[in-house]
Amino acid sequence: MKAVYGLYPDGQAAQQAVNRLRAAGFADRDITILSPQPMEDYEFGRRDKATWMWWIACAGGAVGMATAFGLAWITEVSWPMDVGGLPTFAWWPNLIIVFELTMLGAIVATVATLVVTARLGRAGGLYDPAVSDGKILVGIEHPLDSAVSDLQTALGAVRHATVKTI
Amino acid sequence: MPADQRINRDLLRPLTQTSWRFYLLVAVFGGIVLAAVVAWLSQVTRGFGITGIRWPIYWGFYVTSFVFWIGISHAGTLISAILRLVNAGWRRPVTRCAEVITVFALMIGALFPIVHLGRPWLAFWLFPYPSERMIWPNLRSPLVWDFFAINTYLTGSVLFLFLPMIPDFAVVRDTSTGLRHRIYRAFALGWRGTPKQWHRLETAMQIMAVAIIPVAVSVHTIVSFDFSMAPVPMWQTTIFGPYFVAGAIFSGIAALLIAMAVLRRFLHLENYLHRVHFENLGKLLLVMALLWGYFVFNERLVTYYGNKPAEMAVFWRTQRESFAPLYWTMVTGNFILPLILMGIRRFRTITGCVIASIGVVIGMWLERFLIIVPALGHKYLPYSFGVYRPQPVEILIAAATFAAMTLLYVLFAKVVPIISIWELKAGAHVPSALVPPATQEHPLGELHL
Repeated sequence: MKAVYGLYPDGQAAQQAVNRLRAAGFADRDITILSPQPMEDYEFGRRDKATWMWWIACAGGAVGMATAFGLAWITEVSWPMDVGGLPTFAWWPNLIIVFELTMLGAIVATVATLVVTARLGRAGGLYDPAVSDGKILVGIEHPLDSAVSDLQTALGAVRHATVKTI
Repeated sequence: MPADQRINRDLLRPLTQTSWRFYLLVAVFGGIVLAAVVAWLSQVTRGFGITGIRWPIYWGFYVTSFVFWIGISHAGTLISAILRLVNAGWRRPVTRCAEVITVFALMIGALFPIVHLGRPWLAFWLFPYPSERMIWPNLRSPLVWDFFAINTYLTGSVLFLFLPMIPDFAVVRDTSTGLRHRIYRAFALGWRGTPKQWHRLETAMQIMAVAIIPVAVSVHTIVSFDFSMAPVPMWQTTIFGPYFVAGAIFSGIAALLIAMAVLRRFLHLENYLHRVHFENLGKLLLVMALLWGYFVFNERLVTYYGNKPAEMAVFWRTQRESFAPLYWTMVTGNFILPLILMGIRRFRTITGCVIASIGVVIGMWLERFLIIVPALGHKYLPYSFGVYRPQPVEILIAAATFAAMTLLYVLFAKVVPIISIWELKAGAHVPSALVPPATQEHPLGELHL
């Protein structure tokens, strides 16, 4: 037994299924929900919303900024050139490099955080291709054998549900 | 048929069905690009003598094309980022069409500094790497700023385009078989659509949008610094930064309108790219035309009032001497045509938008040319006066960039849904009662202004 899940045509039905699973004693962390688009209008779609991504992006920007300062300082001191009478390390032109690398750092940190926290690139987990056709999947992975029939009842009690056991 | 399945069917059709038109387009535009590659190789082997680029005009068609394509690149990521941040519901079918333009236009634009090199194999000298003699690039040079700005914008734009494609790759993965399935499975990165994945993706897109807007503005400002930092008549002006940025957004919107009209017609996307999308972007085109006119007026008036001999010589060369036909064509394309076609509601149709946009694209290419060539050919002293005559190799390479853009766009639309499937679905599923008025969404087919 790997999973028991229901496929639902809309968010309302999926929300009812989630509520029934909770009522049957399943914790939120055990309930798998998959949807073809963000479902933030429903309570189940707002799970796991808290994220440090903004702060990590800022940290990435700070790293980019420090890199740019270091690069500008080291290169200009290593190979000093007189450019229109500007100081060897001139702030105004270097701010451009600093700005670009700050933004690049923030962007790269954001994408890296997305890849890690959204577990991209890792195969496995409950899935049904019907999700791509618009269905919302609500289910439990690796349930206890004794809980299977309760699960099937809870998931199937919602209108238009298609319950599958794999 | 449920909305989700209809959206899948319509937007995946171009990926699964191939008509003879596709092969014809690829053959024709691929042939032009190939011819340009041969021309470039001939330039590399025979030297710059076969081009019209010579003292005192070292920047001709190549730098014109560079600035032009970097400008066109402002169509996508910038517009898309702004529309995402303000949560404009009508953006959904438009964003990916726009973001693709950015990536390909940047790639084409970024090629020109290399095409413009006599020894292109030394282009890596721009990279800040520790060479054996510790000779570093001059970080105070606008050309090095270009390198950093364009690469940052390109990296950001590629990621900004790729991230929202991941859920769509998952849709293609789920509806395909065999090799196609394996390829899309790899690109889908194991996407399942958990609430956590959706939150992270949307947060990442918000952060990217916030970061990419100032980067986009900086890119064309820095391109303008290539000119305004040089002691050349009519170049050293503080207005060039915003003038270039406004021009870039202007030409970008025009390119986007043309691309949308072509996609709508040939991929039968009439149910997704509505007239209201063209109307909205047409209004934006009108605003940018007025802004462009404002900047040109400022630039011209200040030069005229300053009355410096060298600047006035360039001023009159463009307005009533040898470059006047090009100058007035530019004014017609960039100002008069969009003002009439986009200003009068009756003409603000899809056809009207396309005609105005073609005028703008031509006008903006001419604008770049008229900034560069007349000024370089008529600097401060008579010994530095000169004439530029573009040669076939330059004309072919410059023209082939348009073919390259079309080719890349056609190939992209063949392998990736050109309209974001999941964003359309999200737009089609929003229960109006739950949406706050400030972010009013318009379901498909019910778009109103």
